[in-house]
Amino acid sequence: MSTNTIVLLPDQSTATIPKMNFLSKENGLLSWLLTGDHKRIATLYLISITFFFFIGGALAGLIRLELLTPQSDLVATDTYNKLFTMHGVIMVFLFLVPSVPATIGNFVIPMMVGAKDLALPKINLLSWYLYMGAGIMMIYTMAAGGVDTGWTFTTPLSTHYVNTHVITTGLCVFIAGFSSIFTGLNFIVTIHKMRCPGMTWFRLPLFVWSNYAASILMVLGTPVLAITLVLIILERTVGIGVFDPAKGGDPLLFQHLFWFYSHPAVYIMILPGMGVISEVVSTFSRKRVFGYTAVAFSSVAIAIFGFFVWAHHMFIMGISNYSALVFSLLTMLVAVPSAIKIFNWAFTLYKGSITFETPMLYSFGFMGLFTIGGMTGVFLGATGTDIHLTETYFIVAHFHFVMVGGMLMAFLSGIHFWWPKWTGRMYPEKLSQLAALITFIGFNFTFFPQFILGTLGMPRRYASYPPEFQVLNVFSTAGASILGVGYLLPILYLTWSLKYGEIAGSNPWQATGLEWQVQSPPLTENFPQIPIMDHEAYDYEWLERQKEKEVTSVG
Amino acid sequence: MDERNVKSTAHNERGMHIVSPKVYAAVGLSLLALTATTVAASYVEMYVFNVVVALGIAVIKMMLVVLFFMHVKYSPKLTKLTAAAGLFMFLVLVGMTLADYFTRAWGRW
Amino acid sequence: MTQRGVEGAHQGAHEHPAYQRHHFESVEQQFDATNFAMWLFLLTEVMFFGGLFTAYLILRNWYYPAFVEGSHQLNIGWGTANTAVLITSSFTLAMGVWCAQTRRKSGLVTFLILTFVLGMVFLGIKGIEYHEKWVKHHVPGFHYSEASFLNPASDPEIYKEYHDKALAPDMAAKTELYFFLYFAMTGMHALHMIVGISILVFMIFRAQAGAYTSGHVTFVENFGLYWHFVDIIWIFLFPLLYLISRHQ
Repeated sequence: MSTNTIVLLPDQSTATIPKMNFLSKENGLLSWLLTGDHKRIATLYLISITFFFFIGGALAGLIRLELLTPQSDLVATDTYNKLFTMHGVIMVFLFLVPSVPATIGNFVIPMMVGAKDLALPKINLLSWYLYMGAGIMMIYTMAAGGVDTGWTFTTPLSTHYVNTHVITTGLCVFIAGFSSIFTGLNFIVTIHKMRCPGMTWFRLPLFVWSNYAASILMVLGTPVLAITLVLIILERTVGIGVFDPAKGGDPLLFQHLFWFYSHPAVYIMILPGMGVISEVVSTFSRKRVFGYTAVAFSSVAIAIFGFFVWAHHMFIMGISNYSALVFSLLTMLVAVPSAIKIFNWAFTLYKGSITFETPMLYSFGFMGLFTIGGMTGVFLGATGTDIHLTETYFIVAHFHFVMVGGMLMAFLSGIHFWWPKWTGRMYPEKLSQLAALITFIGFNFTFFPQFILGTLGMPRRYASYPPEFQVLNVFSTAGASILGVGYLLPILYLTWSLKYGEIAGSNPWQATGLEWQVQSPPLTENFPQIPIMDHEAYDYEWLERQKEKEVTSVG
Repeated sequence: MDERNVKSTAHNERGMHIVSPKVYAAVGLSLLALTATTVAASYVEMYVFNVVVALGIAVIKMMLVVLFFMHVKYSPKLTKLTAAAGLFMFLVLVGMTLADYFTRAWGRW
Repeated sequence: MTQRGVEGAHQGAHEHPAYQRHHFESVEQQFDATNFAMWLFLLTEVMFFGGLFTAYLILRNWYYPAFVEGSHQLNIGWGTANTAVLITSSFTLAMGVWCAQTRRKSGLVTFLILTFVLGMVFLGIKGIEYHEKWVKHHVPGFHYSEASFLNPASDPEIYKEYHDKALAPDMAAKTELYFFLYFAMTGMHALHMIVGISILVFMIFRAQAGAYTSGHVTFVENFGLYWHFVDIIWIFLFPLLYLISRHQ
């Protein structure tokens, strides 16, 4: 199985990185800090996101260490509250939301549509600066003592009962939100207005469709989070009373406004990952994605329906029964397009010519783990079972399965898939396959016991728990340490590959897609001339015909 | 090109619609008239219809500004779709949130 | 932005107006893209204000009497005047766009200055209104006083016109919520006006230098979209805050 590979590299004894590429074009700090080149901005994002991921991961490590024992003995309960809050805020807003769009999306989408850059390069750069501003503010907040309300800032706890840095965290998330909005705005304009001649909507790679859908969510949903945070800040400073029952306000109003964004946010997080899976599954099965139209429309359907289901986070909070019924039914509906995608990827694999390079391993992991996570979502969408399972470790397991088992695996899949294009070099295949396997095993050990803990009744966000839950918690922590190794390895070998990796050439995966028809790393302007798209997406026959015309030796 | 002779649906050399000042003036005056109307209407007791009339007039004013001042009437379909999408999402936010509040009074089944 | 700079290969290699950015293939594409981008930004603004409108609709429904009496405290003369001012400023800006499209430089500058002046008048009137509220202790969180609602006769100006009934203490307390929404919504709106006016100042200088009357109308048109949108927000704020019920 592992001797079978589609990787086709140029002859290493003579191959070199192309002298003129976006990395070598200009030198100096200012050329990076004032760049308009989407590929450089993507690189800046990649470095910063990785940095914040490790901070969030360190917090996760501390959480799991605390939960080794039933008592709150490693840290005080207040501190534990701060740990899981900061973990959530950093992982959601500073890692998952920008992960694929701001790094891979920024890098690859202009090339996929056949453009020289995104529509608004300065806005793109602004987006990164906003992200860095938010990140630095977050570090300051952590140093100053952090926040302990949970990443959901539920009122009236966050407005009336805690003394921690809710306002600075709120501002930080506000700024990060605008970073996200500008990225999404840029993508929508680029995809609508800058496709090259011949690039119709249905010739676009599905990665573009997924990011387009996620961008709609970013543009329409995030501003509501922004105003919600403004209201929280006003409530804490001026004491206006809009979330205060004593003054006539309603704490539930906060939750409505918060979840109106935060539910679409989970689709913002997962849709770009699904886009990666479409690309990877197709390339490593040597087959066009089954049911292209269905997958494309499913992405948009997820985006649209994702706006109609937010109150399923509020079933036990006091919304009316009729409201709960409607939102529960709509939640069942929104599961359908996600399932359609899984089926389509499975049918893509069927009778495909499958190889097991690292991106494909991560994609397999995604398909299995996301399916499990998604199916457990159904238990939570049904109001009856939700009453028992909500605010327990079942929820924690559910969203970690979809976010970490799903999204993070998709992110790693995409990083490995586009790494040769980005850097011109291959990562070490055997080591990366090992890392993927370690990640998969570590993940399951960490989070599967949490499903059981949840059904047994262990509440979430508690530093101490009844002793009968200890065994499963120890399992979970053990898994977390394995998972940590699995995430550390890519940092090490990807950095190593920058200097010592094999030269990749322009198309090591023999993939379709316009980005694979240019050099690795690409030129600053991507294409010497705007290409003309004359074939369908995932057209492997077209690729074969290109190869026939290729010159492989001279003389 | 004769710049001074532009009709209401004239195009410039780039195919951009140029809306004539006459249209702008008519819309501007209508908006002022509607403002006077809505102020007058607030002095008339119409019970529950007061808010309907006030919002209805506001919607008409919005449509005038959107279609003519913002050129949406002369814009490509995508622009019309974008404006409509924004309105739709706003209505979803307000409508579905209010639906929860209104149905709380209905009690349990 | 840092694409090919001012290298020799630029001149003559391709013909395009100086204001066309290099990643665009044509001026039309640049205009289309930036126009669409501005519309998308306005969508984010719609959703941003949407949260405030949601809060307003819920609280008005719950505390209608408090909202009625609270709105009586707003001067309908100033409010109507401001509405007229803003509508006129939208008209003058639309005229400015027309001047830019038909390359009338002095007309453009005139209309931009008029829009600026009207915008400042709007803010001035808002300032007067805010001051009135401050003097009467109707600013939430800053020595808020419910006296005018517990005992309307103590506020002769308003009482003469509306003969409000005294509110029960708990309902009188809710007027603070009304004023919070008043300040939050008009304040957020005023913030957007300030940003708009600042950009107008920049535009007046650029227009005087002829930047918008040589074919590159995009900036004025897109700014127009923003300004009209801010006008639309006010078109809804006015009846919702000022005209709740003026009939007694």
